[in-house]
Amino acid sequence: MKLPRTILQLLKPIPVPVAQAIAAAALGAILRKHPKLFDRLGEHAAKTFAFAPTDIPFAFAVSPRRGTMTVARPGRILRADATISGPLVLLLALAEGRSDGDAEFFARELSIDGDMEAVLALRNALDDCGIDLPRDLAPSGGPFRRPVETSLQALRTLLSGGNRKWS
Amino acid sequence: MELICPAGTPASFRDAIDAGADAVYCGFRDETNARNFPGLNFSRDELAEAVSYAGGRGVKTLVAINTFMRAGNEQLWTRAIDDAAELGADAVILADLGLLAYAAERYPQLRRHLSVQAGAANADHIDFLVETFGIRRAVLPRVLTVAEVATISKRVKCETEVFVFGGLCVMEEGRCSLSSYATGKSPNMHGVCSPASHVRYRRDGTEMVSGLGEFTINRFPESEPAGYPTLCKGRFVAGGQSGYIFEDPASLDVLSQLHALEAAGVTALKIEGRQRGRAYISQVVTEIRKALGTLGGAPRTVTDGNALRKLSEGQRTTEGSYDKRWR
Repeated sequence: MKLPRTILQLLKPIPVPVAQAIAAAALGAILRKHPKLFDRLGEHAAKTFAFAPTDIPFAFAVSPRRGTMTVARPGRILRADATISGPLVLLLALAEGRSDGDAEFFARELSIDGDMEAVLALRNALDDCGIDLPRDLAPSGGPFRRPVETSLQALRTLLSGGNRKWS
Repeated sequence: MELICPAGTPASFRDAIDAGADAVYCGFRDETNARNFPGLNFSRDELAEAVSYAGGRGVKTLVAINTFMRAGNEQLWTRAIDDAAELGADAVILADLGLLAYAAERYPQLRRHLSVQAGAANADHIDFLVETFGIRRAVLPRVLTVAEVATISKRVKCETEVFVFGGLCVMEEGRCSLSSYATGKSPNMHGVCSPASHVRYRRDGTEMVSGLGEFTINRFPESEPAGYPTLCKGRFVAGGQSGYIFEDPASLDVLSQLHALEAAGVTALKIEGRQRGRAYISQVVTEIRKALGTLGGAPRTVTDGNALRKLSEGQRTTEGSYDKRWR
């Protein structure tokens, strides 16, 4: 579940505005691909969710209904109704429904804070909508769609230690 | 024995079937079922699709309408029965006697299973419901030993179903008022034990503190496995000592008793966890399907007990009352 040091080294120098542009594009692609997400989120789609990976130098605040993404360095306060913290690879696995949030919470890999109704709604919505990050983000690559998908799949395999799962 | 698997979403419904479920149980998105959590459960359209997906694969769809009707709002529950019948559910899982009567009168051909929430723990109780409401199966409460399960299963005039894995309630199924005491909402009436709206977590130094309503439930030192924020699994101080007064945070796992349950005449084995994610459902169903392969003279395979333990509350498992060593 630990992020390889080389990936961490690559992430560190990325300026916040660049990280924000990339993350916002990814969020947009996912929301367009999975409109059912809003059905399960219901009223909680208007909430803001902060994701605070414990192993990379960025934190993210997402508001699904507004489709906005804010990126900040860890420690900078992001206004959010709920905050979910854990290793990046685990957060990605949860987004894809490839890891069970309750089990990760029991194992203390994951910590949550704030509006628990919103967190549960988000968990269930993500679990149902079948996000596949390489497949969903590949169209952003335009003419390089195939190599982007293949690269992201390879990255997922690398981070998951050989499994198709992130975790 | 049939394997009855949980599903909180259409995706987990399909995963349960693909992993080897004989039947999948699910509920509508309202208070009519005991897992009424945000973002969980099925719309009418989703249930119709699920029934079709399951039917095409020879798998049954069971609809849990297993909370108790609230005076003045009974139509929410009766409409759930109407819709389950119309959408082609193979059975409804009920606890409320009025609802059992309604289903028996309106839809005599629709199988009626008695929910664990009914707390029917003896043969006379169950047979009364068989004779009065035509229940075809009783889900036995998790308060019985394997010997008691056998006694009941051999005597009653319907099938029996028992839980073999998953979350474990304190031994007051269908009658527990702890959540209601703390939050005004209960699993029996509103379908929510420890509603998320009343749950909060905070850090206190290196400890994680969980709370429900006005109550502090637990304090977990760093790296100690956690449990659900339910009062029954809270750690309290009594008599000068801190500890789990009602029940430890642990999940039920009686896979070692499958042969005994088969010999007891049990028809179906149930997995708890409609509130859990697809990853849990896939893994647990796969492991238990594998374990069922060890019955009936089939080649023995070993289940990954460690994997199931990691999915369990508090990362611990227990055989609970099936292996009762207390009075």
